[in-house]
Amino acid sequence: MSKPKLALYWAASCGGCEITILDIEEKILDVANFFDIVFWPCAMDFKYEDVEKMEDGEILITLFNGAIRTSENEYLAKLLRQKSKILVAFGSCAHEGCIPGLANLYPKEEIFEYIYKESPSVINDDKGIYPQKKTLINGYEIEIPEFYETVKPLDAVVDVDYYIPGCPPQSFQVVNVIETLVDILTNNKPLPEKGSILGAGDKTCCDECPRTRKEKRIKTFYRIHEIIPKEDECLLDQGILCLGPATRSGCGALCVKANIPCRGCYGAPPNVEDQGAKMISALSSVIDASTPEEARRIFSKIVDQVGTFYRFSLAASLMKRRHFTELKS
Amino acid sequence: MEIAQEIEIKAKENLKEFNPRIVGFLCNWCAYSGADLAGVSRLKTSPNIRIIRTMCSGRVDPSFILKAFQLGADGVLVAGCHFGDCHYIEGNFKTMRRIEMLKMILPQFGIHPDRLRLEWISAAEAEKYAKVSFEFTEQIKKLGPLKLNSH
Repeated sequence: MSKPKLALYWAASCGGCEITILDIEEKILDVANFFDIVFWPCAMDFKYEDVEKMEDGEILITLFNGAIRTSENEYLAKLLRQKSKILVAFGSCAHEGCIPGLANLYPKEEIFEYIYKESPSVINDDKGIYPQKKTLINGYEIEIPEFYETVKPLDAVVDVDYYIPGCPPQSFQVVNVIETLVDILTNNKPLPEKGSILGAGDKTCCDECPRTRKEKRIKTFYRIHEIIPKEDECLLDQGILCLGPATRSGCGALCVKANIPCRGCYGAPPNVEDQGAKMISALSSVIDASTPEEARRIFSKIVDQVGTFYRFSLAASLMKRRHFTELKS
Repeated sequence: MEIAQEIEIKAKENLKEFNPRIVGFLCNWCAYSGADLAGVSRLKTSPNIRIIRTMCSGRVDPSFILKAFQLGADGVLVAGCHFGDCHYIEGNFKTMRRIEMLKMILPQFGIHPDRLRLEWISAAEAEKYAKVSFEFTEQIKKLGPLKLNSH
């Protein structure tokens, strides 16, 4: 019997998700033994054509990491959807847009202006040369993918079967998911419910956090370089903005164990639609302010509020982006 | 006047006037009762406010407000009990902090913070509800319709 086929692809991402796959160490050999890896541009030489030539549904599982930033990302998402039985949004970018999604706070023109004109590392003439979809060079027309106005998570362009959250997903969770899938496939067990979040818990990061919590009364916020946190006390209690209360468990409270507050990469906990809004709700309950002025003073200590509360989930949040209709940037 | 002309005038009249959609979250114990009293007392209130009754203004999760904007509301009113009157002791303090926080982040999303308003209205303050409802409708009319980027 031929081996089930596995594909891995990266769209708008940093490459950390690819590394996390290799981070499963010798288990990668089991993956290669069980599956026939048919597409993995980061590690092996395959062309898009090879995928185009496949039958629909020929690939059993595609692990898709990265957000949808360009027309190429979208094309590959649609192609892999068509060719795969199971499409998994792997990592925070594919799940909720992650860091690339923060670009949604700026219009495309502003991004281009900085990247191709103002950035100190760019040598460009006064007018600035911007990427064009089509360019004529020596009579040949060359084409590059279109840069979209808005970054979208994978499920905004195609139907997604499962999600593996995290920036990047923790390797022990990746092993869990792969072992579960292999078990399901070899023993003909039923697959998890469509739309399930795999490789994560169903509580919040606080549930895994070893620090002791007290009744919270926050008078002011500190940035991490302004204070040396106590090792065993809840970081939020100490006034360090920690996104634990609004973040899904599953990472094993990795950051807080290293004295760094949770930044929210595992995304919104179950039954929460908007991670940032949930964090605002959580903070509002523990701020020690009885007047609007006092509340404003404490909140203004948080630098770049949207960037902090929606660091990983802006593209999948209710607002999705900054809207340039009434307030200019 | 010819009928065709009249139709044009009437049709354009409606277009000229912007009729805002305002979602009002009113707490059961004070603000909703205040709005109810306004109706019973036959006070005129703004028809632009579409009321959702919640048990406490503290029930209004920030995501409800963002959701209202995302689904097409031009303004959101949150109204609850005065400080000290909260049926659940301090729910309205939490609301106050939430609204302050939201007003700070709305501009980062490109939404004018004046589209969100918080008011304390007791069960006896029917007139205050009536006044606030018109004032807020006027305020939103001045700001114009909220248009979110579609892409």
